[in-house]
Amino acid sequence: MTDSKYFTTTKKGEIFELKAELNSDKKEKKKEAVKKVIASMTVGKDVSALFPDVVNCMQTDNLELKKLVYLYLMNYAKSQPDMAIMAVNTFVKDCEDANPLIRALAVRTMGCIRVDKITEYLCEPLRKCLKDEDPYVRKTAAVCVAKLHDINAQLVEDQGFLDTLKDLISDSNPMVVANAVAALSEIAESHPNSNLLDLNPQTINKLLTALNECTEWGQIFILDCLANYTPRDDRESQSICERVTPRLSHANSAVVLSAVKVLMKFMEMLPKDLDYYGTLLKKLAPPLVTLLSAEPELQYVALRNINLIVQRRPEILKHEMKVFFVKYNDPIYVKLEKLDIMIRLASQANIAQVLAELKEYSTEVDVDFVRKAVRAIGRCAIKVEQSAERCVSTLLDLIQTKVNYVVQEAIVVIKDIFRKYPNKYESVIATLCENLDSLDEPEARAAMIWIVGEYAERIDNADELLESFLEGFHDESTQVQLQLLTAIVKLFLKKPTETQELVQQVLSLATQDSDNPDLRDRGYIYWRLLSTDPVAAKEVVLAEKPLISEETDLIEPTLLEELICHIGTLASVYHKPPSAFVEGSRGVQHKRISGNAVSGESVESPDNGSAAGVTEAPPAVIQSHGDLLGDLLNLDLTPPTTTGPPPPSSSGMQMGAMDLLGGGLDSLLGGDLGGNPAMGAGFGGPPAVMPASFNAPVGGGLDDLFDLGSGVGMPMGAFNPPKTVWLPAMKAKGLEISGTFVRRAGVIQMEMNLTNKAMSVMTDFAIQFNRNSFGLASAGPLQILTPLSPNQSIEAALPLSTVGPIMKMEPLNNLQVAVKNNIDVFYFSCQYPISMLFVEDGKMERQVFLATWKDIPNENESQFQIKDCHLNSDAASNKLQSSNIFTIAKRTVEGQDMLYQSMKLTNGIWVLAELRVQAGNPNYTISLKCRAPEVNQCVFQNYESVLKN
Amino acid sequence: MIHSLFLINHSGDIFLEKHWKSVVSHSVCDYFFEAKEKAVDPEDVPPVLQTPHHYLITVHRDQLFFLSVVQTEVPPLFVIEFLHRVADTFQDYFGECSESVIKDNVVTVYELLEEMLDNGFPLATESNILKELIRPPTILRSVVNTLTGSSNVGDTLPTGQLSTVPWRRADVKYTNNEAYFDVIEEIDAILDKSGTTVFAEIQGVIEACVRLTGMPDLTMSFMNPRLLDDVSFHPCVRFKRWESERTLSFIPPDGHFTLMNYHVSSQNPVAIPVYVKQNISFFESGPCGRLDITIGPKQTMGKTVEALMVKIHMPKAVLSANLTATQGNYTYDLPNKLLIWDIGKLNPQKLPNLKGILSLQAGAAKPEDNPSLNIDLRIQQVAISGSPRFVSTYNWATVFSHCSICFSPLCTGLKVSRLEMFGEKYKPFKGVKYVTKAGKFQVRT
Repeated sequence: MTDSKYFTTTKKGEIFELKAELNSDKKEKKKEAVKKVIASMTVGKDVSALFPDVVNCMQTDNLELKKLVYLYLMNYAKSQPDMAIMAVNTFVKDCEDANPLIRALAVRTMGCIRVDKITEYLCEPLRKCLKDEDPYVRKTAAVCVAKLHDINAQLVEDQGFLDTLKDLISDSNPMVVANAVAALSEIAESHPNSNLLDLNPQTINKLLTALNECTEWGQIFILDCLANYTPRDDRESQSICERVTPRLSHANSAVVLSAVKVLMKFMEMLPKDLDYYGTLLKKLAPPLVTLLSAEPELQYVALRNINLIVQRRPEILKHEMKVFFVKYNDPIYVKLEKLDIMIRLASQANIAQVLAELKEYSTEVDVDFVRKAVRAIGRCAIKVEQSAERCVSTLLDLIQTKVNYVVQEAIVVIKDIFRKYPNKYESVIATLCENLDSLDEPEARAAMIWIVGEYAERIDNADELLESFLEGFHDESTQVQLQLLTAIVKLFLKKPTETQELVQQVLSLATQDSDNPDLRDRGYIYWRLLSTDPVAAKEVVLAEKPLISEETDLIEPTLLEELICHIGTLASVYHKPPSAFVEGSRGVQHKRISGNAVSGESVESPDNGSAAGVTEAPPAVIQSHGDLLGDLLNLDLTPPTTTGPPPPSSSGMQMGAMDLLGGGLDSLLGGDLGGNPAMGAGFGGPPAVMPASFNAPVGGGLDDLFDLGSGVGMPMGAFNPPKTVWLPAMKAKGLEISGTFVRRAGVIQMEMNLTNKAMSVMTDFAIQFNRNSFGLASAGPLQILTPLSPNQSIEAALPLSTVGPIMKMEPLNNLQVAVKNNIDVFYFSCQYPISMLFVEDGKMERQVFLATWKDIPNENESQFQIKDCHLNSDAASNKLQSSNIFTIAKRTVEGQDMLYQSMKLTNGIWVLAELRVQAGNPNYTISLKCRAPEVNQCVFQNYESVLKN
Repeated sequence: MIHSLFLINHSGDIFLEKHWKSVVSHSVCDYFFEAKEKAVDPEDVPPVLQTPHHYLITVHRDQLFFLSVVQTEVPPLFVIEFLHRVADTFQDYFGECSESVIKDNVVTVYELLEEMLDNGFPLATESNILKELIRPPTILRSVVNTLTGSSNVGDTLPTGQLSTVPWRRADVKYTNNEAYFDVIEEIDAILDKSGTTVFAEIQGVIEACVRLTGMPDLTMSFMNPRLLDDVSFHPCVRFKRWESERTLSFIPPDGHFTLMNYHVSSQNPVAIPVYVKQNISFFESGPCGRLDITIGPKQTMGKTVEALMVKIHMPKAVLSANLTATQGNYTYDLPNKLLIWDIGKLNPQKLPNLKGILSLQAGAAKPEDNPSLNIDLRIQQVAISGSPRFVSTYNWATVFSHCSICFSPLCTGLKVSRLEMFGEKYKPFKGVKYVTKAGKFQVRT
């Protein structure tokens, strides 16, 4: 006798038969019939036509039959709302039943019937059940509020159910507390700003008490709720941690991970020298390791979270490398995650083990896994310097296997190793070149071409190699084409004699035959550079490149902080902030680790994620050129330190006077370069083609490009606020002073306009500053030599120094000034933009930046919004650079550009910034970190004025 | 919270669906099927999938996919744990968790799912509470039900659901009071080509079967509890006692349950019970290779290694194996490229050996990937106290005289020193069995 018999009726008129059975007098037959109906329902058959007949069976004292009918009702009430009303009376009656089980069942089922008309009848029974004497009924009713809220939120608020629910947090029964918390958390998700879960020390205490006694699921809800609380001080933080720690030994992995979240977050509050801090760190490792012995699905989620934890606090698992070793029968998704964590944990101490493992993995069957393993070897080399040599030799061994995809991956990572340790491992180039023909993936080809170009002087047949690539130029992917172009230009600069033809060929391929604007633009830039100033070209193209570092694959600090607060959630699995999720998070609050000074302000404006804001199209070509140039500069050029003035467009080809590549090339090109007004004879090739192809775009685009180029590194674009009236004439017996501050070539100047609006001549001007926050003082006397006659204006520039006496002002950038003339002494105060104080060498090294960012405590971080700014990130970066705010790195994550910037004040204070720019969103978010957080507000204001100017 | 559940078999049929909120069309599963297409093995389907409007969280158990749909931000581990609990419950109720058994008991399954979640929030997941609400089907009961018309749904409030010991029902009565504990340790290890341990750790578990009348309060203490620094407990264990005294104090659930899991990390030395000498090589010329494997005892603590089995994942090109085994049988599963050598008991005097020729596909190149060996084994021992009258009910192969005189056969050396009962007057029959097994025990070649 099994239930499968319910599936067997396939005859015609099945519904009809069931109808007859449902109306049978025999109880047993009725029940069997309902079971058949349920069975059909479970496999998705439509049995809604039987609604009235099934509902008729509801009036029964047989609990099983009642439950079955309820099951049916929940499924079909939506499609038969009028019929469902018939059931209401029975529900209301059941809610009064003497048996708490029936009361609970009734209120539970009513909540599942998603029909508006029924919900109206639900309110009264629900209110009673929320205050029922039996905790089982109360806990069921708590969940029912959440159900009702999902159907009709307004009704729930109007009826005051939310308050009742909040009261249940203080219930005597732990299960009721847990369910109330769960219900409130779910409701809160759709009301991001409501203070539903208003946590205070009393409620926290209640929750912690309930935590020990409720079911495992209840513990998850309570722990997740606790994680939203911000303790008042480190003592409270510690006491919560102490009470949460036992949860780490729970058999349910979800409880464990939620407890880890609470501890990771509250740990931030604890002073690091506290003994307890160390104890806690030690306690966190074993449960995390244990998660890895669970089912693979659990392992996967655990690994994604461990990945975050090791980035934030590598010390927790630093001795546990071996548990991440990949097992043969791990599912592929577990293997890949383990590999990632292995690299993050790799250090000098364990590198030998790790390498041996990675080598083992690179002989496995699964191609994706093998590729990642090979790549991992390269990452190890970059991360652990001492191991680089061993890594390189391992990679060489792998190349010897001649397995195609292994070779390609190996070449890609060796390129990175070269960029990290220049002039160390070039001896392997010969081996790499042997495998040139087997490379068929763009990334590997591009990497190989880069290597050939970069080390052209050491590769005898570099020109042949590159030429062979050039044959199929148009079939290559853009990545390869760009790389080939750059490589050949490098080659030319290194071995100009043999490669002229090659470079001409590639330049014409790139500029004339290609439809790809990136490629064309890069081609023009090189061409122009080579033709106007080959020395500069050499300086630019062959400049020393910045070393790469392992930090490139780390999650940026602010996102990581946010994700740590979301351990155990979907956000932690995807490593995306919850706001990035399309559905579900109908406005999730941005969580930040506590201790943040402005944590209250860090809530993103609600229109941020969803706004389908129309992006303003970049206004001009210049903009996009700017991007390109920016890219290019980032890629492998150092920013041009000096750029000549833009050549007059008529003489765009003026290169006769140029000394191509110095004397060496002069002789090479026969020294008769000057003879050809448009083009060096040797270099220019067929002159007819060159100017033609050049002139048209050059006249417009390229000139713009150079205009822009000259703007990039020079202070002339710096933002200077317009002059404002500081001292009105009425207050100063006819003397009006307006002025502004500028910083030119490292010198701060106060530029003033003095106007005599009085009737008599003014003489004997002098100026003095009160003590101020940054010690600004006049570096010389006020130079007004001639007397100022009535209605006359005079310009005066006063150079300032920053070595004067210091006193903290409010606001920080306030300056009190006294001006004297033959009539009287006048006082006024003005505010200078803090960017005046940003020095020119405010660009921090990347590594130093990262370390400093981590080092500055979170309390010193402030977050601000810059609204209505329509620049893209590169334009913004250029603009800011002119004010000595330097962009150190840029990353693009989920369509968001993150700019990492630094600036240094005249008094040596560093300010670090992270600027987030989202395409299509005019609101920027900026986080500022500084050891002297008082300056943050000023710096922010400065950003705003620079960017909006 | 959890929105819907779909049960899907290996061929991709949805054979059961359950919705706790509004109905989600099963077309949402198409995203899962897409991912399943891409995966080489069913096990390789990623457990968390994102679709435009939902998240799909899946577990793969007993050849079935339990796919849940969630719409809001929920802890995925919570969902995964719950899905495994669902599978465990089916196993517990029906003896197995398979498509046919679920279809056979579809109404019970539906009732169970309804009791386990309410609006996506877990409601009753403890087996003993569920069993009070919905009685498991037995042949006898279904006959009785048919004759008398009584139902298999309880109509009393499950007492455990509200008490502070929700895992135990009140008024438990037995004529024979027994408590059995199985201490099982699994060795997860990776040995390299030369037999050196690359990595080894122990996953231990104490499985209990307790049939005791009333509200017994048990205390279990160990000879060497310091081994246990990474533990996770059944909710019944009093954590404070463990922290202060290193003893397990608990009011046990009724019936089978997992009392404790422990983990002895790779930083502690782990005794590896066997060694493997192996040589698998393929010739540069000619489509064949040679295989020679010998297994011998290493650190067995004087106990017999039983149920020894070697599984070798062969490279794709291997067509057949022509081997001779000095002990046991071997089979070669061609579609899965799996060579299985079932040895049985390990005789230290005469070591088992498997030797012979592997033939490759004609024209195939020398395989690039190395085969990998997985080993299964078992070492066990039993300790009993009380009256051994009912031993047979527990079906143990061997019975040793007394627990205090025999050495623990576990590779950690963990040993239960005492098991005491408070709160009840009768004298229960107690037994502890120790088993060492190979978990993920892998030898690289």
